[in-house]
Amino acid sequence: MLLQITEPDNPAPLRERKRAAGIDLGTTHSLVASMPQGVATVLPDEKGRVLLPSVVRFGEHGETIVGHSALPWLVRDAANTIASVKRLMGRGLADLGDARQFPYQWVQTSGMVRLKTRAGEKNPIEISAEILKALRLRAETQLGGALEGVVVTVPAYFDDAQRQATKEAARLAGLNVLRLLNEPTAAAIAYGLDHGAEGVYVIYDLGGGTFDVSVLRLSRGVFEVLATHGDSALGGDDFDHRVFCWILEMAHLPPLAAEDVRLLLTVARSAKETLTQHETAPVVAVLSTGIKIELILTAEVFTEITRHLVQKTLTPLKRALRDAKLSVEEIKGVVLVGGATRMPQIRHAVAEFFKQPPLVNLDPDEVVALGAAIQANALVGNRGLDSGEDWLLLDVTPLSLGLETMGGLVEKIVPRNASIPLVRAQDFTTFKDGQTALAIHVVQGEREKVSDCRSLARFELRGIPPMVAGAARVRITFQIDADGLLSVSAREQTTGVEASVEVKPSYGLAESEIARMLEESLAHARDDMQARALVETQVEADQLIELTQHALTEDGDLLNERERAAIDAALTELAQRRQGQELNALRLALAKANRATAEFAGRRMDRSVQKALTGKRVDSVVLG
Amino acid sequence: MTIQLTPSAVKHIQASLTKRGKGIGLRLGVRTSGCSGLAYKIEYADEMRPEDVCFENDGVTIVIDKKSLPYLDGTRLDYRREGLNEGFKFENPNVKSQCGCGESFNV
Repeated sequence: MLLQITEPDNPAPLRERKRAAGIDLGTTHSLVASMPQGVATVLPDEKGRVLLPSVVRFGEHGETIVGHSALPWLVRDAANTIASVKRLMGRGLADLGDARQFPYQWVQTSGMVRLKTRAGEKNPIEISAEILKALRLRAETQLGGALEGVVVTVPAYFDDAQRQATKEAARLAGLNVLRLLNEPTAAAIAYGLDHGAEGVYVIYDLGGGTFDVSVLRLSRGVFEVLATHGDSALGGDDFDHRVFCWILEMAHLPPLAAEDVRLLLTVARSAKETLTQHETAPVVAVLSTGIKIELILTAEVFTEITRHLVQKTLTPLKRALRDAKLSVEEIKGVVLVGGATRMPQIRHAVAEFFKQPPLVNLDPDEVVALGAAIQANALVGNRGLDSGEDWLLLDVTPLSLGLETMGGLVEKIVPRNASIPLVRAQDFTTFKDGQTALAIHVVQGEREKVSDCRSLARFELRGIPPMVAGAARVRITFQIDADGLLSVSAREQTTGVEASVEVKPSYGLAESEIARMLEESLAHARDDMQARALVETQVEADQLIELTQHALTEDGDLLNERERAAIDAALTELAQRRQGQELNALRLALAKANRATAEFAGRRMDRSVQKALTGKRVDSVVLG
Repeated sequence: MTIQLTPSAVKHIQASLTKRGKGIGLRLGVRTSGCSGLAYKIEYADEMRPEDVCFENDGVTIVIDKKSLPYLDGTRLDYRREGLNEGFKFENPNVKSQCGCGESFNV
């Protein structure tokens, strides 16, 4: 073998630790963590603060301020100071419910929301990118160089649009996203590796704006997510809001200006935080109108006014356990994640539900970032440098994915809670003779009918060669990458023509839509099966009518008048029943029409055989 | 400790270096790879490193790191044409066995 001269390799010494970080991009706070010495630690800012408030302000002089220094402006300059932007990620105006509850100026658009700010129109991706940039700067300053890659966490319940938006925000911030990681899974990594405990765990994550519950199994170094549930519109902010409402009620306040709303929300939050340590909290504020508020909030009252919020977290818990087919007794431990789980009433409720006190060894604010850092560290290839880091990670799909088939029914390709990354393929065929194109409609949801599920994408496969109905073989492949992003491709097997789509919807699901979709699928399980049966029979009826009519024009001469009349009558009745909603009547009519046409079909068969044989020699027929 | 270059190798190395426009010479080495354990490395040298040893041959600088040197000592490097291919050939007296494709070797 002869050799050629090659360019020298990059003179990077082997086994150098690469700089990687985990980022918890939260609704109220964001954090960055890394493993500079093989131990996961959160990185503080220059003043030693770990939490970066997820607040971005666009200032008068074109400056962008992120974090603590932006906080005071929440009250003074609400329209240009954006908080809880995570709630807007991948969302359209219509998804927000009452958009007026936010003190922002919205741009009227049908896609993802846009805000009018001093610095021009901004979308949630651009605003999130500012937060990520601040974290990137913090990490790069402390780690002494550019980051090789990051792992960014998202709520398990984020749909494709929200995940995609998060990924784009990270790219916009100049970060190389190694993967997106579900927040509860990150928490499990942080706990699982630190303690090496095997068994089934529940991660109860009540963050600022989202609630996630995940059931995970840890065994022999493998994390498997058994089930996830949650509420994408429930979090610590809602507790603040309850306190805010209580203040309004107690102080008999008139409608408030935007900055007063902010002020009272800030006061409400600090009262809530005080109550994690104390029995009472003072509520003191002076509004822009000069009205002075002086109240005392007791732990008892706070527990009372937020009781329904705590209760609201229990339903997803029960569902997740049911999905995982587990009882409370089988849960080895419960991990609390998110600052809101510091509230004593949450800890009590969780302990009561699981009949055991929850795990709180790690700081609930930091645990997600720590887990992300551990994973980022492994993904950039530092794994071998630290001992005992040999694990796999299995994640799951939050909702089933499927395709629309004839009659508006859903054919599920990827079931809910399937492990990702994954590839699933199924063959489909044409419905009509000579059909050269196939419309592919990708839907997400648990219901049987397309109209009850969420439409994710539509595309067409063209260039299928004309064949009789059912002869074409179109393989449809669903692929979900490690970040939970979906791509769907269709390929006609004989010709190789292909079409595909990456699911990147313009905006995400409406608030708590996922929860509603799941609820409905359970409530309507029986209706759905009935509906499916009806539609399937209707499709069958349509097919029979069309085939028979085609046959009648072609070979109508095979029938005498009486026979023809009988078939016509059966078809008319079938067509009539087809319009109705009576499944049994339709089935009877279909059976009758099948019987009425059986003899005719037989004669047609004879004729076509005769035609085929005419003019052929016996040996060619036998051999052929 | 010797490394020899055939005249055709010298000619080709000089031409390659001129064409590339930079580099102090040629770096030879071995790395663990291939089916028989070791494989040759032949690349442009842009700098001397502390662990390097340097040879001069008809105006061509050959750089070899000290770890690779024992495996390459006494090697004659030729540039030749075999069939349709042209390239460098290591005639290495240290080699005890070679894999079938010749990419890797054993000492």
